[in-house]
Amino acid sequence: MPILGIIASSRLTAAPTSYESISTVTVGSGGAANIEFTSIPATYSHLQIRGIVKSNDTADDRQPVKAIFNSDTGNNFSRHLLFGNGSSATYDDGTSTTSRLGASVISNFGSYANMFTAYIIDILDYADTNKYTTVKVLGGFNTNDATASNFSQIALGSFAWLNTAAITSIQLQPFNNNFVQYSQFALYGIKGS
Amino acid sequence: MTATYEKIATTTLGSSQASIDFTSISGSYTDLVIIGSIKTATLTNPACYVRFNNDTGSNYSVTSLYGNGSSAGSTKFNSQTFIRYNYVTDPNTTNFAPVIMNINNYSNATTYKTALTKFGLASIGLDYTVGLWRSTSAINRVTFTLESATNFASGCIFTIYGIKAE
Repeated sequence: MPILGIIASSRLTAAPTSYESISTVTVGSGGAANIEFTSIPATYSHLQIRGIVKSNDTADDRQPVKAIFNSDTGNNFSRHLLFGNGSSATYDDGTSTTSRLGASVISNFGSYANMFTAYIIDILDYADTNKYTTVKVLGGFNTNDATASNFSQIALGSFAWLNTAAITSIQLQPFNNNFVQYSQFALYGIKGS
Repeated sequence: MTATYEKIATTTLGSSQASIDFTSISGSYTDLVIIGSIKTATLTNPACYVRFNNDTGSNYSVTSLYGNGSSAGSTKFNSQTFIRYNYVTDPNTTNFAPVIMNINNYSNATTYKTALTKFGLASIGLDYTVGLWRSTSAINRVTFTLESATNFASGCIFTIYGIKAE
């Protein structure tokens, strides 16, 4: 098997200026009820949130991350979701709901030490006050558990926040209980023209 | 604000190769993104396999959501010796299959590693997957191979990027 022998440090190029790290929150040993980004500048075209999370919920009721924009806790989201759980593909939709960002969060139900749900959340045109804000989510987890089909999931989601305000704060929270230690979300800004 | 999303390395195959191997990956980033164009040299539509840190143990599992033009479905494979991806390409076409792999928090030494990947070819099908590597080791090597030891075709291009959260 030929090894192409790519040495990472020898090929670094100048960082592009269009993708910037804005803020990162990593949950400490005490856990956290939510992860929140505030005072988000309007100087980018799009936002991306990347991370891994897990909740300390001990019930068998895995739920997705809930997102709250600008402290709006109303039922002002619409959504379409597509799921795969290892045995079938399913879908979900809803109007006038709170935001449920697709993939479920691994909890402390079961023996899933060190396993986290990964998320990539794209928030398009978040500072445009002429239209509702749309969100695209890719998320998933796998537990190597062969006993039940609901112990792994890959999810695609599309959402609309039915509000024309520019997003200045984002709170992400598990539907039940708290995020556990090492859960992390990082917020990035992507510049346009 | 700090600019990030840096290109770490690119490889372009000038001839067919059995593997595409990124080694000595720096641990100075938070996430990795690998973007590639894949074409197989000889076998129609083989699966693509990925290993981390050359771990050949049965420490991988994967769940996929796919669509092939006539149906949608989901599969999973537990306790594998690699993460498996479908819908690579047909050697008789000029189409390359795009792949985008995201490995969040690859460099920590406290959690198992999860990869979210989009894989597919318009003429064959689409595959979204979540792959798990049950190791807390930081990832320093990512190796792509093809089913049945098939070679990657000349012209395959892979680029690995690093994203640093601050």
